[in-house]
Amino acid sequence: MSETLLAKPVVSTTTPPTEERKGLTKKEVAADHPTWCPGCGDFSVLALYFKLIEKRKMWHEKITTIAGIGCSSRFPYFVQAHGAHYIHGRALPFASGISLSRPDLHVFVFGGDGDAFSIGGNHFTHTARKNIKMTYCVMDNWVYGLTKKQTSPTSPLGFKSKTDIWGAVDYPINPLKQAIAAGATFVARTTHTNPNHVLQMMEAAMDHDGFSFIECLSECVEFYEGAFDSSNPRKGGVFNEVPKSHDVTDELAAYKLAGTDFPGHFGIFYKNSKPTKNAREAEIIKSYQSKTAGLKDWQILQKNFDKMK
Amino acid sequence: MSDTIEKAPSSGGAQKVSQINEVVIRIAGNSQDGIQAIGGFLARLAGRSEQEVMTFMTIPATISGGASIFQVRMGSGEVLSSGDEADVLLAFYQHSYDAHLASLKKGGIVLYDSDHVVPNEDLKKTYHHLGIPISGLTVEAIGGTAKDKGKNIFALGLIAKMFDLNMPKLEKLIGERFTGKDPSILNNALAAFHAGHANPLGNVLETFKFVDAQKKDGHQVVMNGNEAIGYGLIAAGVRFGAGYPITPWTDIMELLRRELPKYGGCFIQTEDEIAAISMAIGGSYAGRVAVTGSSGPGISLKTEALGWAIMAEMPLVIIDVQRGGPSTGMPTNIEQSDLNIAVNGGHGDAPRVVIAPANVEDCFYMAIEAVNIARKYSVPVILLTDQGIATRIEAFVEPNLEKVCQDISPDFTPIADHKPYDLSNANGISHHVPPGTKINSGKYPIVTGLEHDELGHPTGSPKLHMQMTAKRRKKLQALAATLPVPKIYGPSEGNVLLVGWGSTEGPIKEAVDRARAAGDSVSSIHLKHINPLPNGLENIFSGFNHVLVVEMNDEGLYGFGQFGAILRARYCDPKIQGINKTDGLTWKVKEILERTKTNLSAGLRKI
Repeated sequence: MSETLLAKPVVSTTTPPTEERKGLTKKEVAADHPTWCPGCGDFSVLALYFKLIEKRKMWHEKITTIAGIGCSSRFPYFVQAHGAHYIHGRALPFASGISLSRPDLHVFVFGGDGDAFSIGGNHFTHTARKNIKMTYCVMDNWVYGLTKKQTSPTSPLGFKSKTDIWGAVDYPINPLKQAIAAGATFVARTTHTNPNHVLQMMEAAMDHDGFSFIECLSECVEFYEGAFDSSNPRKGGVFNEVPKSHDVTDELAAYKLAGTDFPGHFGIFYKNSKPTKNAREAEIIKSYQSKTAGLKDWQILQKNFDKMK
Repeated sequence: MSDTIEKAPSSGGAQKVSQINEVVIRIAGNSQDGIQAIGGFLARLAGRSEQEVMTFMTIPATISGGASIFQVRMGSGEVLSSGDEADVLLAFYQHSYDAHLASLKKGGIVLYDSDHVVPNEDLKKTYHHLGIPISGLTVEAIGGTAKDKGKNIFALGLIAKMFDLNMPKLEKLIGERFTGKDPSILNNALAAFHAGHANPLGNVLETFKFVDAQKKDGHQVVMNGNEAIGYGLIAAGVRFGAGYPITPWTDIMELLRRELPKYGGCFIQTEDEIAAISMAIGGSYAGRVAVTGSSGPGISLKTEALGWAIMAEMPLVIIDVQRGGPSTGMPTNIEQSDLNIAVNGGHGDAPRVVIAPANVEDCFYMAIEAVNIARKYSVPVILLTDQGIATRIEAFVEPNLEKVCQDISPDFTPIADHKPYDLSNANGISHHVPPGTKINSGKYPIVTGLEHDELGHPTGSPKLHMQMTAKRRKKLQALAATLPVPKIYGPSEGNVLLVGWGSTEGPIKEAVDRARAAGDSVSSIHLKHINPLPNGLENIFSGFNHVLVVEMNDEGLYGFGQFGAILRARYCDPKIQGINKTDGLTWKVKEILERTKTNLSAGLRKI
């Protein structure tokens, strides 16, 4: 947004210009040791986030890591950078507040399927449709892990959980379809078992000017072991990339592709360029400020008060 | 107008002119008739004439139409309330006449549109009736096209004539109102206005002239409470916020949405109340105190996030424009029943600041105070107003904006080290360092709703939970020590002390004036800082035999209203009793006086 909202960002005198600084190492960006269970898919996502920060030479002070509630939402504690661990399901509006007032920051949001599609479903839809600039990585494990095995909105029919001892009876949400239908401008799918692919998707998402959404399959070894085996070649499954012939700007084709039976495809399903809310708000500000150019804030307010005399 | 001080002798059959100090005019019609516009013109004129003014309005909850009133009290002396009884009733329809004649004082003037109203012959002795075919004459004045539109301006002309109001000033106000529109609209408005003013006012026996108002220091500005809050937030330096529409809070969000871009900021309309507070907290986290707001039901939805902001120690301003509750309740009526949720709403031990403006001028300055408390103590501040003050128009001395406006741009200067939840200060106060700030130690803060250590990392330590809970409480105790003790209105010792908070200050003070004039020993105090309370109230209470808390909320299960219960819990003083009501209307002065008397006789038995 404009300089007035932002104030003047103070450039550190102790920080050399970007080109001279080396990317932060894992040691510099790792904070608390993750509390996840050994073997959890989330470790892989965290490691690749570190790699992304290093590779793209992002500095501690220029990123914010935001999460809601859930196993995966513990993420910010493990990253040595400004971050916030917010309430269940509401990480997106919180992150939107940052994104809309601070264009100088990279805003990353991490969370799980419950956070994104159950309690936070409404925010997912509206953040996507408004195209607020940020990257949202949902670590989808098809189960509630933190509360120890209840049905999740992405649990497949028949999944036996503590809240569906006879097997899940509710039709699951398809995160990709949800995102495309809501108007997300970047929709991708990846899996924790393919690190290079995860990094590739993260980079593409980060570079996208708009709301970028990644569904990252992340296995819960404790409560849904083997859920994604059929997508993992090391477990005898197949890792199908999005076909080269797929047109990522074709919304209907993307929607159709997203409906492929598991293990489906991995890669960018949909990508489209349209103005972000950040840009639209900045335009409104610019046009208003052109009328008040040269006036101090109190003088602008004075004009209103003069009309109320 | 009861204070008619001097009557000029009427000579040669000419109309008598009486000097008056003040007048209460009630305008009754339908909401689409522009009756608020008449009231607005009168209020603005009073402001420009250095008179005091206070208004009161009701709006129907229906989308369009429905009966509506606007009452304006303007005077040359101090105006404390919008008035118990009207001196003049302007009735546009039969239903306006029927429903509001009782609000007119005996001998008052009812000015009615004889095209729509058939007066009650039996009442002609009680009230002075003046029928004018307002609709017909308006059509005559501006042509048949405008139909009913413009009759409000015609009626304004009648009132201007009756009270010898300053015509050039009113013409200027009408000009400003219709500026930029099709010139024929302004011409029609002026034609209607002049036609009204030229009306001989039928058989009216007297017209009125205000005595000169006392010279005020500086110009006055005229606005309602919601506008004052919006502009106060802008003056305070707020540049980001988020909200969801709900009556009567919506005006503030519309104002901020419209105005903030001029200052490089923006206000976001979100998908729901929870997103609104979350986005505002995100804005605060990003470095500059942000605002959200709502009314009753919306505040309920926001409380989980409010708890987070308290736990994470994030500065934030939340406006609660109260209305009748619970649930959808009475959305366009006044009530002070959100005090409990403002002070205690949510789970866990969650101390937050609650302040309540007493008048429109307070709305402006206390919006700034809210921002500054939020910043200094890193805490959410709830600014608690109500439907009455939100829509009430008052005049107050124009603020010196150059001095008042403040720059609260975030500071991103790199710092050596930072603990977001530093326990080393005995007063519990720590500060938020926004993202974008380089921290040279390489240790970055996490702000969180989990119980945490000084760096914001989760802990299950019983010791840390006790220390952090105490930290969040101590900040507010430190704030309490800085709060001014409210001034006593009236003598500091006596029989009865009336205690009020929020929008009821005017009627309570007027009740004190009337009681004292009648020889009763009554004083009052008005609390603006609700949570924490200022220290030293016990010294004030000790000067009185009875402490009666006047509130627009229910007396509760145990016989005390919401604020009364807080004061009893705080001071364990059985002489604290409540005067409560839930009719959705502002206090009338005589109601307070009558209820005080009843309470004293009943109260004596209780104690």
